[in-house]
Amino acid sequence: MTINWFKYASPASFYFLAGRMIPYFSIAAIIFLIVGLYIAFFSAPTDFQQGEAYRIIFVHVPAAWMSMFLYLVMAFWAGIGLAFTTRLSSMVASAIAPTGAMFAFLALWTGAWWGKPMWGTWWVWDARLTSELILFFLYIGFMSLQAAIDDPRRADKAGAVIALVGVVNVPIIYFSVQWWNTLHQGASVSLVQSPKMATAMLSGMLIMALAAWMYSIVTILIRTRLIILERERHTAWVSELKEGVLE
Amino acid sequence: MKPRHKKITVIALSVSALAIAVVLVLNAFQSNLVFFFSPSQVAAKEAPIGKNFRIGGLVEEGSLRREGDGTTMKFAITDTAEVIRVVYTGILPDLFKEGKGVVAQGKIADDGIFYADEVLAKHDENYMPPEAASALEQAAKAQKTSLTQ
Amino acid sequence: MKWESMSDFFAMGGYGLYVWGSYLVAMLCIIGEIVLIRIRKRTLYKHLGLRRKSILRGEK
Repeated sequence: MTINWFKYASPASFYFLAGRMIPYFSIAAIIFLIVGLYIAFFSAPTDFQQGEAYRIIFVHVPAAWMSMFLYLVMAFWAGIGLAFTTRLSSMVASAIAPTGAMFAFLALWTGAWWGKPMWGTWWVWDARLTSELILFFLYIGFMSLQAAIDDPRRADKAGAVIALVGVVNVPIIYFSVQWWNTLHQGASVSLVQSPKMATAMLSGMLIMALAAWMYSIVTILIRTRLIILERERHTAWVSELKEGVLE
Repeated sequence: MKPRHKKITVIALSVSALAIAVVLVLNAFQSNLVFFFSPSQVAAKEAPIGKNFRIGGLVEEGSLRREGDGTTMKFAITDTAEVIRVVYTGILPDLFKEGKGVVAQGKIADDGIFYADEVLAKHDENYMPPEAASALEQAAKAQKTSLTQ
Repeated sequence: MKWESMSDFFAMGGYGLYVWGSYLVAMLCIIGEIVLIRIRKRTLYKHLGLRRKSILRGEK
């Protein structure tokens, strides 16, 4: 059986496909969240140096990972939209931004509430914290620029420029702790070395990260569907949808 | 004001606000790329003497002394090559311990002592239960004694 | 069970304020985002003049 993947590149087909996928990802998000929180608070042991305060890691690290990853995905789709003027990719990019901004904010917030008891300060201007703050500003800039421009096609183009320029910030965030002296510690988990965390702690963190992934997919799919309806409201298929013909 | 002009004003205002925020943050970023200096760098006179700066390293084992008033602390920061003596009055973070990471902000006086007005703890990226940590410590000790024998 | 009591659980070894301060705000952010999406959806449906919400799900 051959699947025509290009079929789903049209907003109308994607609209229905996304609608069918949302329930599955929602269920997965809830399951991962429950299991992750159970590990975070009941099965992960106390840390030898940070005591119970380290439990903030189960929300902090997934939020920080998600904020960086979603930015790359957003910039990718915005770039594709800019290069090939594919409507759907730009819509997906716009749908990603609010979720990415939410995770960037959470990473900063939980970081502050972790830094205060452990480091002794809510905030320092070290390279890691500052570059994550810039990431948050980039999301806000992308969204406010798009909101300020009435014509969706022009808004897509302007947003894509911000998104693509800002991509350089993501490796800066990731490698800041290696390139410069920072108060923030190095990575506990990376692809090139074995994790510096006990297994129970690591599994909790990874499952919470999966929950964040599933949650992001759900919110992005829902938002993409809304943007499709907003922008395609004058097309035949939306009228048919409204009349119930497609039912 | 026409709606069109209002819109342009809003765009101009938000873009300039964002630009100012980015400039301020980039400025902070640049001046803090060297977030702290190591004791070796301080000894090599690479740190800005006479100005506020930060020193980072480990709290030297056995160096911590509390003065009579109970809030003034004396300790030394080391990178195992050089040692800088520090005086600090105030509250220490919970993770401040001998042998652990620390970042202190302050000034070096003519007597060569670093007078800190802020002391932060810098912890590492290892997470494990206390039992695993003490097992590792035991193993390290055992290895050390077998090496010295 | 690793916690001796409920109050032990909420105290988080003395770091309760910081741990719960983080998780509470995380929860508020997620709820807030979902509420915002709902509002956007409702406004859009009203604007489009849709009679039945189930139509828009596109389910057969």
